[in-house]
Amino acid sequence: MGASPDPSFVSDLLAARAQMGFSLAFHIVFAVAGIGLPLLMVLAEWHWLATRDEAALDLAKRWAKGAAILFAVGAVSGTVLSFELGLLWPRFMAGAGAIIGMPFSLEGFAFFTEAIFLGIFLYGRDRISPRAHLAAGAVVAVSGAASAIFVVIVNAWMNAPAGFRLVGGRITDIDPIAAMLNPAAFSQCLHMTIAAYAATGFAVAGIHAGLLLRNPGSAFHRHALRIALLVGVPAALLQPLSGDLSARFVARAQPVKLAAMEGQFATEAGAPLRIGGWPDAAARTTRFAIEIPDGLSLLAYHDPHAVVRGLDDVPRDDWPPVWPVHVSFQVMVGLGTLMALAAAAVIVQTLRRRAVAASRPLLWALTLLTPAGFLAVEAGWMVTEIGRQPWIIQGVLRTRDAVTPMPGLVVPFTGITLLYVLLGAVTLWLLARQVAATS
Amino acid sequence: MSLLLPDVVALAIMLALTIYALMGGADFGGGVWDLFARGPRAEAQRRLIADALTPIWEANHVWLVFVIVVLFTCFPPAFARLAIVLHVPLALMLVGIVLRGAAFTFRAYDPGGDVVQRRWGRVFSVASVVTPVLLGIVVGAVASERVVPPSGSFADGYIRPWLTPFALSVGALALALFAFLAAVYLTLETTDASLADDFRRRALLAGAAVAAAALLALAFSGEAAPRVRAGLTTDAWAVPLHLNALAAYAVTLWALWRRRFTLARLGAGAVTVLVLWGWALAQYPYLVPPDLDIASAAAPPIVLKLVLIAVLCGGLILIPSLWYLFRVFKRAPARETTG
Repeated sequence: MGASPDPSFVSDLLAARAQMGFSLAFHIVFAVAGIGLPLLMVLAEWHWLATRDEAALDLAKRWAKGAAILFAVGAVSGTVLSFELGLLWPRFMAGAGAIIGMPFSLEGFAFFTEAIFLGIFLYGRDRISPRAHLAAGAVVAVSGAASAIFVVIVNAWMNAPAGFRLVGGRITDIDPIAAMLNPAAFSQCLHMTIAAYAATGFAVAGIHAGLLLRNPGSAFHRHALRIALLVGVPAALLQPLSGDLSARFVARAQPVKLAAMEGQFATEAGAPLRIGGWPDAAARTTRFAIEIPDGLSLLAYHDPHAVVRGLDDVPRDDWPPVWPVHVSFQVMVGLGTLMALAAAAVIVQTLRRRAVAASRPLLWALTLLTPAGFLAVEAGWMVTEIGRQPWIIQGVLRTRDAVTPMPGLVVPFTGITLLYVLLGAVTLWLLARQVAATS
Repeated sequence: MSLLLPDVVALAIMLALTIYALMGGADFGGGVWDLFARGPRAEAQRRLIADALTPIWEANHVWLVFVIVVLFTCFPPAFARLAIVLHVPLALMLVGIVLRGAAFTFRAYDPGGDVVQRRWGRVFSVASVVTPVLLGIVVGAVASERVVPPSGSFADGYIRPWLTPFALSVGALALALFAFLAAVYLTLETTDASLADDFRRRALLAGAAVAAAALLALAFSGEAAPRVRAGLTTDAWAVPLHLNALAAYAVTLWALWRRRFTLARLGAGAVTVLVLWGWALAQYPYLVPPDLDIASAAAPPIVLKLVLIAVLCGGLILIPSLWYLFRVFKRAPARETTG
């Protein structure tokens, strides 16, 4: 790989990466809502069955409508991704398909179950008993979470490949179970599942908090806010703990990714934690950051004097793009911290036996945090995906060696971008109409 | 036994593809009849199609995802080859899949009134016509042994393999077959006799189109797909297959004529199954002829075994769930309650 690559190849590789990144960034919104929203609608329906409170039934129906729109777009954009794995990265799939296809197959079944029971939940209310209807919703919520876990297992394997041996460049001794149980799987799945509940819970809570600011007396919105916070608050409080687990894993398994996340150029003992700042890859230093002495060593290894490896440890060719990873990581952690603080405030308010809806500052904070969880999810995926570059399978296969030989990839990238911008705009508009119909 | 394992997995993929054609194919066919809704009952036709599709199309769609996922897990080189050479038709098919599904949902939930709903309806129905054609083109390209490692110009490597009269005729066959299935199924979805008759007429029309497209594909296959052509004409199973297909086709048309719609539904399904399996048998043991066969493209036995176990366990959940879905929506009439 010594010769400088052909410029048209560079632009094809960039187009393929951009298309995959854009497709993932689009789909993840629907996937996250597909995990969180079914739980909300099931909780509302359960509440209705227990209390026969009509507002809860109304809520379950409205959330189900939102879930129907989001699930349809999520289903088709997920199909696009399953094809794009081959359309863009056929050399990755030719090698990895056998090793890590297993969780995709299981995800297929989870997705199947989700689609079947969502159909029953959305359109079968008048055809089955209320208990069977609630059970159908519960199956949707569980299978939605399961399908997300299976897909994240595949991504975890790309970060921490396991379950095969490389002998002279050839893959042998494939063990799909060991690949599924790769060392990154637990921390990544935990982090993503909690993120989905936190993001959806806060987004829905934020929407209804905003409506309560305008219409403080609405029992409907108070109800919605309570259920959304019931899901969002515990998730937002647990997420920093799972983030700590993830970061400590990345420090050991992908030290270069951690170094990019933290803007750590030099290998040093007692490395500082940098808050904010701008990593200058040319000058090999991170400027304008607030530095907390020994903070990074303490967080990454739970030891203030631990040695943290810097980017300088590896050849420049093996660096990921540093500033996008560092900035995305700051955004994710910053938003997660704000959400955890808001969650703590909700707990305090509840312990003081006051309604959250009674505190306008809290309603304002929740309103402002409406998109926070989704933005944090996007930023988190930027960290893990850009941070793994230049590898598509960490240490095994480089992204540039996986891309399709077909030229002109800027054309499908442009096409899919325009298509998704249109779909995204229409979906947002339709959801806004659904929300507007409640006030 | 381990030699047989790849065949069993290929069989599972073919089964899933067959169910996708029977279920998902009919959903696309429904979109075709939405586009061609005509006459005094045009709106009622559209409503019937929408009601028939709404609760089940997403579940039906997953069969395609299943096919792709098992293909790339169990036969990775075949998947990689298809994805490289057939990038253009597959990408266009994806656009069709996305627009069909999204527009169908947007139409149902868009409160924007008649004009906006009609616009989404148009997107849904046009995408429903284009997508099956592309699916057929992909199958036709595979059958014609042109999905080989690309060389030469862009057109040589990425366009000529699939832009052939034969592949286009298979595209037309897929479209006609899906429209035929949908029209036949829809005759049973309504209690309104005149509406059922609308779709009976459409089914007869589509039946004629199926025959025309099949003959066209057969005519082109001599030069374009010699292996499949030879299998379909000279193999021991060829004559019984054709006789059965002809019999099923004749029974379906007769049943439509006599308004025996349940029998017609079975017959149309049988025609579709026989067309698909005729192709599969003629191409066996090749996944992507001329070079990638089932044995050489297969992943190691451990992978195939685990996937088969997963498919069996998954089936234990899936089949009762699907049975429940169809029982809820395709048998019992809705109780007369509101909301």
